[in-house]
Amino acid sequence: MITIDKIDIRPIKSQADIVYIRQAVRDWAIQLKFSIVDQTKIITAASELARNTFEYGKGGEMKLESLSDGLKKGLRLTFEDKGPGIENMDLALTDGYTTGGGLGMGLTGARRLVNQFEIKSTVGEGTTVTITKWKL
Amino acid sequence: MERIPILKMGDFLLVTIQVDMHDRLVMNLQDDLTEKINKFQSKGVLIDISALEIVDSFIGRMIANIAAMSRVLDAKTVVTGMQPAVAITLVELGLSLEGVQTALNVDRGIALLKKVVEAEEMFVEKDTEEL
Repeated sequence: MITIDKIDIRPIKSQADIVYIRQAVRDWAIQLKFSIVDQTKIITAASELARNTFEYGKGGEMKLESLSDGLKKGLRLTFEDKGPGIENMDLALTDGYTTGGGLGMGLTGARRLVNQFEIKSTVGEGTTVTITKWKL
Repeated sequence: MERIPILKMGDFLLVTIQVDMHDRLVMNLQDDLTEKINKFQSKGVLIDISALEIVDSFIGRMIANIAAMSRVLDAKTVVTGMQPAVAITLVELGLSLEGVQTALNVDRGIALLKKVVEAEEMFVEKDTEEL
């Protein structure tokens, strides 16, 4: 059974917040004693998703959760915005597809860097992306 | 406005990124570098990222853009000091930084730039002799 040991919510309202998000995720990953590679992966994934929340979702917030599943520890991040939502989810999850000016690697790249990835989006209401990285 | 310092060393420009950059700062660096390459007629650009803990797709794109822009301005770019964890993450993210020269540290980066620039000069000299 998964229990939540610690929880915190951070705003994503500016470019500077994306930097703060990276720092917060780094602090939490270090506390959970993630390896350097796993720290780097979860921070990079968080950076991509925070930028999406800010650029496409017009801002929102990130929820940080420190998890335990028996002896296993993990970090769950939830990015939520009340932006325009994603019209075509299949396309959004295709490498190289972008409606902005980016590379189109953010969402798909972030998915490859974590253990669990979940995305929910309703047009006109917003998007929620949840990622979890377990310390294996 | 906040800026990353760019140092001129002979024919080369040196940039060491020491802070976690927000996106605007990354864009400024791109503009400043192209301007300085033009101003100093620089032959090479060395970007040291040994202090960077992550390179996401935005910073990765900036590095690739700088390399492409300097190529067009007749300068070579070399990226030095990438952390192993950053390299692993970058490739898994789906970025391979194609067309970007890398070196393990600043010393090797400078040596690489010198070699490339010297080889090019010899090539140009030979060309003019034949004429």
